[in-house]
Amino acid sequence: MQSRSIALENEHDIAVARGEVRNVSAAIGFRLIDQTRLATVASELARNVVKYAGRGRMILQPTEAPYGRVGIRLIFEDRGPGIPDIAAAMRDGFTTGRGLGKGLPGSKRLVDEFQIESTVGVGTRITVTRWL
Amino acid sequence: MDGQTRIPILKVGRVLIVPIQVDMDDQTVMHLQERILTELERTGARGVLIDISLLEMVDSFIGRVLSDIAAMARIMDARTVVVGMQPAVAITLVELGLELRGVDTVLNVDEGIRLLRSEFGMDDEDEDGDRELGALAEQINRP
Repeated sequence: MQSRSIALENEHDIAVARGEVRNVSAAIGFRLIDQTRLATVASELARNVVKYAGRGRMILQPTEAPYGRVGIRLIFEDRGPGIPDIAAAMRDGFTTGRGLGKGLPGSKRLVDEFQIESTVGVGTRITVTRWL
Repeated sequence: MDGQTRIPILKVGRVLIVPIQVDMDDQTVMHLQERILTELERTGARGVLIDISLLEMVDSFIGRVLSDIAAMARIMDARTVVVGMQPAVAITLVELGLELRGVDTVLNVDEGIRLLRSEFGMDDEDEDGDRELGALAEQINRP
């Protein structure tokens, strides 16, 4: 399956992104609970892009490890303000906005791998992977 | 689904029934919150029953709005019950760290109506609405 890129520019795109992630994860063979986890992560991280950076994109990558393990990788990229203190942003309850501060730490718990790179003034890239 | 999507709000007896049948974008969720509060004020309903059995995902945004609706409805002297959460949604919510603070959740519409009934009781003048509510619950529960 090919990877694809979905533009994240408004609230509607958030819904589109999580719908795509659910469809692709179902097609790969993830069971319902994992489809739900992945759609929820996509919703959380896509909303962060729209809310904090205004725009960005999600890259959806069906992926295969060298030893044949199948999974799905989601990359959320933006050229927004960046996260000054990543450690703080990863703590439960930390929020700079109206949110509950569950987005990043909560999303991390829903996937197998979670990687965050961010530079103030340059942008943020979050990569998450869940294996089948 | 764009912000124009209208989720129906039905008033039966003293309960507002909100069957959410589609994935909602953020704007639709915010509209729904406003409309529920407007309907509470307009109708004087005492309970809000939100059926999320067809909702495939509850993220922190929708979770927060559900909590907000419950808190605001309480201030307007109404009780909110969320019914029919799918197991996968419940598991994900807990892993995400969400509590749905202030929101009562029950398994199905029948249980929801029973809870609301026990909360504010049903007196004589509400018997018609009560019967209607039972009939509607049956209808919603039918696959």
